[in-house]
Amino acid sequence: MRILVCIKQVPGTTSVEVDEKTGVLKRDGVEAKMNPFDLYAIEQALLMRERYGGTVDVITMGPQQAEAVLNEAVYMGADRGVLISDRRFAGADVVATSYTLSQGIQKAGEYDLILCGKQTTDGDTAQVGPETAEFLGIEHIANVLKILDVDGNTISVLENLETQVRELKLMLPCLLTIEKDANTPRLPSFKRKRERRDLRPELFGLNDFADGNPAHYGLNGSPTQVERVFPPEKSTDRMMYEGSSDELGKTLADLLSERKFL
Amino acid sequence: MGYLKIHQELVTEEIARNMCAICPFGAISYREGKLDIGAGCKMCRICVNKGASGVVTYEEEKVEEIDKSLWNGITVFAEQEEGQIHPVVFELLGKARGLAEKVQHPVYALLAGFEVTELAEELLHYGADKVFCYDAEELEEFRILPYANVLEDFVNQVHPSVIMVGATMKGRSLAPRAAAHFRTGLTADCTVLDIKENTDLVQIRPAFGGNIMAQIVTPNSRPQFCTVRYKVFGAPTRKEEAEGKIVQMELPKEKYATSVEVSAKMKKPKEIDIAEAEVVVAVGRGVKSQSDLQMAKELAELFGAQMACTRPLIEAGWFDARRQIGLSGRTVKPKLIITMGISGSVQFVAGMKGADCIVAINEDKNASIFDVAHYGFVGNLYEIVPRLIEEIKGGAAR
Repeated sequence: MRILVCIKQVPGTTSVEVDEKTGVLKRDGVEAKMNPFDLYAIEQALLMRERYGGTVDVITMGPQQAEAVLNEAVYMGADRGVLISDRRFAGADVVATSYTLSQGIQKAGEYDLILCGKQTTDGDTAQVGPETAEFLGIEHIANVLKILDVDGNTISVLENLETQVRELKLMLPCLLTIEKDANTPRLPSFKRKRERRDLRPELFGLNDFADGNPAHYGLNGSPTQVERVFPPEKSTDRMMYEGSSDELGKTLADLLSERKFL
Repeated sequence: MGYLKIHQELVTEEIARNMCAICPFGAISYREGKLDIGAGCKMCRICVNKGASGVVTYEEEKVEEIDKSLWNGITVFAEQEEGQIHPVVFELLGKARGLAEKVQHPVYALLAGFEVTELAEELLHYGADKVFCYDAEELEEFRILPYANVLEDFVNQVHPSVIMVGATMKGRSLAPRAAAHFRTGLTADCTVLDIKENTDLVQIRPAFGGNIMAQIVTPNSRPQFCTVRYKVFGAPTRKEEAEGKIVQMELPKEKYATSVEVSAKMKKPKEIDIAEAEVVVAVGRGVKSQSDLQMAKELAELFGAQMACTRPLIEAGWFDARRQIGLSGRTVKPKLIITMGISGSVQFVAGMKGADCIVAINEDKNASIFDVAHYGFVGNLYEIVPRLIEEIKGGAAR
């Protein structure tokens, strides 16, 4: 089985704030990490390789630094990393990101199965997986709890919905987004790290793609536009209480009883 | 649409240093006398607006403008399962009506399923002017390609301006598929929606994974897709009279083709559902150890409240993930929420700011939770909460 996992580097913290005076974004300590949801997708791919044989590739889109997450995946056990990076991809929204990914995937090879994490911790949209499947022209299932079996060209999975779990069968190739806690992701192996320290991911830019039209990428290929960013609004009719804990506890009890919550 | 242009002739070493520092994404670099913008650029244009004047400019490119008057109607995708309309649909119909009135558009509901006429009528009671109904056996189970084809067919026939979808498991799978098909904008988990005179939908949501909000528009594509979580907007009351009409739609047979088969369905046991709770006691990182949760639990019991928490406490393994409030957890809209030791990141706040009464207890009086709180208590929760419990118990005895 040829498996590809789409992963993303996300900010290590959520401490991005807007400086209220200047309107400038403040991002303290831009340390970055692998999107935690992607770990379950990588682990799922590695488990399937153990069971059915084949290869596991990982792909990401981002700046040069994003190769760190590809390396991490390779140290976990992936065979090959692919980085999609080009300044002309800057400012991509969900549509442009998914389209760029789909172009990179087609360039990277032919796959039977594409796995994604269920969402990222920075965007939280969960949209890139399904949109990428649409651009690739393959079916997808979101929120997969478990891959039950692969039989020839057919894969069966458990899909998580709000009130029920469904067992679905579908044809390969397809794209699945893997639920959190679907498995226990392994740690990167020190031995693999030592062996593959000098291995660099392959790099694709716009010029490597079948569709080389820059109007389809980055800000220009993005139907949505961020008009402004601003700090969350403040509640205007709030009451603030300070003082001794004793008073505060009593005030709060009175308040809750006055508002008939008790 | 456009791109960033660097005017190298204006770059001095000092300007370059300032530019590198000003970029919140670390995307600007200066090497061998040349300023460069890398692939980390998010096109926030802070370098244009706040950097040395004229060094980086935003070059507009003229694009052909679409005729927005050809796109009419605020549509709600009416998700249903086994004869039940998901309640987020009614909330969205209420919101759709408000938006539609501003631009004199009709309100549409789009329904897909098998033998769903009764549901279509129900949607009329919630203010849809027209319900477009795709009723076919192949649509009985939610399967992605036939459902995406329903959306595609509807868009091609009706040309709606806006399509709102509930941010449910199915909605979050379906909406992106359809938006990608039309290469149009989709904004997930909007917390505020408004509409401009030119019918551009104003979508506000937390962004960049940080403590900021972004206002997003889809200025030159139609339809405009957005998803909204359950309990973000209030539901309108059901009207006795059903005005409006049902339009039966049909998909060409080949559009039902899919390889997906449903081999089994298992009902989940009734889950803990903090979304339905009337009172919520939520705890965050201000609670130092797991054993300290006891006092929060005691308080919750006094109110018959559900316990909830922030993401770090889920990651610490202190709570079942279903108790997490926020963008990666649940949205709650209780009558009362008491937050303890929660600083109030936008991701968290997006999941609870619809609460009728927000009481926050936090040591740091600058914590952003106080920006949304109705009643803010600045102090040590380890002292305030036991005192509060004591008061309540005493009061009950009196």
